[in-house]
Amino acid sequence: MNAIEVRGLVKKYSSFALGSLDLNVRQGYVTGLVGPNGAGKSTLIKLLMGLSAAGAGEIRIFGEQMPEQEAGIKARIGFVSEENTLYEHLSIDAMRSIYAPFYKRWDAQTFRDCLNRFELSPRSRIRSLSKGMKMKLSLAFALSGGAELLIMDEPTAGLDPVFRREMLEILSGLMLDENRTILFSTHITTDLDRIADYIVFLDRGTVVFNESKEDLFDRYALIKGDKKWLDRDVRQAFVGIRETGTGFEGLARDRGEAIRMFGDGAIIETPTLEDIMYFTVRGERHRAESRA
Amino acid sequence: MNIQISNASGEPIYSQIVGRVRGAILSGELAPGTMLPSIRQLAKDLQISVITTKRAYEELEKEGLIDSVVGKGSFVSGANEAFIREQRLRAMETKLLEAIKEGKSLGLSLEEVIGHIRLLDQEGESEG
Repeated sequence: MNAIEVRGLVKKYSSFALGSLDLNVRQGYVTGLVGPNGAGKSTLIKLLMGLSAAGAGEIRIFGEQMPEQEAGIKARIGFVSEENTLYEHLSIDAMRSIYAPFYKRWDAQTFRDCLNRFELSPRSRIRSLSKGMKMKLSLAFALSGGAELLIMDEPTAGLDPVFRREMLEILSGLMLDENRTILFSTHITTDLDRIADYIVFLDRGTVVFNESKEDLFDRYALIKGDKKWLDRDVRQAFVGIRETGTGFEGLARDRGEAIRMFGDGAIIETPTLEDIMYFTVRGERHRAESRA
Repeated sequence: MNIQISNASGEPIYSQIVGRVRGAILSGELAPGTMLPSIRQLAKDLQISVITTKRAYEELEKEGLIDSVVGKGSFVSGANEAFIREQRLRAMETKLLEAIKEGKSLGLSLEEVIGHIRLLDQEGESEG
């Protein structure tokens, strides 16, 4: 089952175009949305949240149409954004009294538990909180509203490793509930190396792939070796290659093929998401240049 | 059950889990009928993806080591004692083969290798 279904989505700005985009986000899993800066991650999230209107296409969340059924859909979504969506001049408790009535399933006990756990005082002014604390507060609001779908735009950006670990711990705890879905955009791919089930990779406004992380890590291989092996045929097997004075490093499309090709003649490793992202973008740029 | 996974080993995480659980079952540490943590609980504890733990459990099911009952969870298979014995015998044979090979490369005859095994067994008994 899909929590989110996107078909033929298009959004055009003067300097950037997103789409046409097709995308499924599966219910019960963590989907990571990755891509270089300017790939369209935030644009896509804004469209999903109805914060910006699409030029064309269709968005269904929980099987219901956006933006027509926006109010009903949004009551089931918790949105955590890099940009602070809370009122700076209010105290946490005053913010709660504005926020809570919008959520039918608001759970006051969950909210108190979250504040305790995140070491936030209801009396604190939102303005006085650090970036990490604001992020925790956003998460507390999202969780207390009984969100079935958490949409998080760069929730770990600019946060220290201790807090990022805590956040991942919280998120993996949420996934004990198989009805819950998390869509999580980030450019810190190490956050996703472990807990993400599916990876959506956006580049230049289009989806490069949307696959389970297991499949990605099974399929791709990171090869390091001597440049003398790189003839034209061998190059075809790579998504992207980086050559230096000491050798080459490249992402091979098919692990089995790479093992047959290089055998013991090269180092064959499992790539990280960062490797996959880096070489894919590099390869695309390279092909775009050679076409030009 | 203790499971540690390594991010540095290069072995896929699902296969590390399979190896660890298989080892625990074959050694008898996990008795038939023992309930395993749920897929989602294990994913949370190890902070890994649900699909990774799902894949590990599917692999263990395919090997006949665990049974999954919808709505109840996954259990160490009770119907596999003969299979486990078979697996352990095979593991022993692998080690014996290694010993025989090593003996031959030292120029020992098969009889001499067997002689060594007897000797070690007697020593083991007098120590124990």
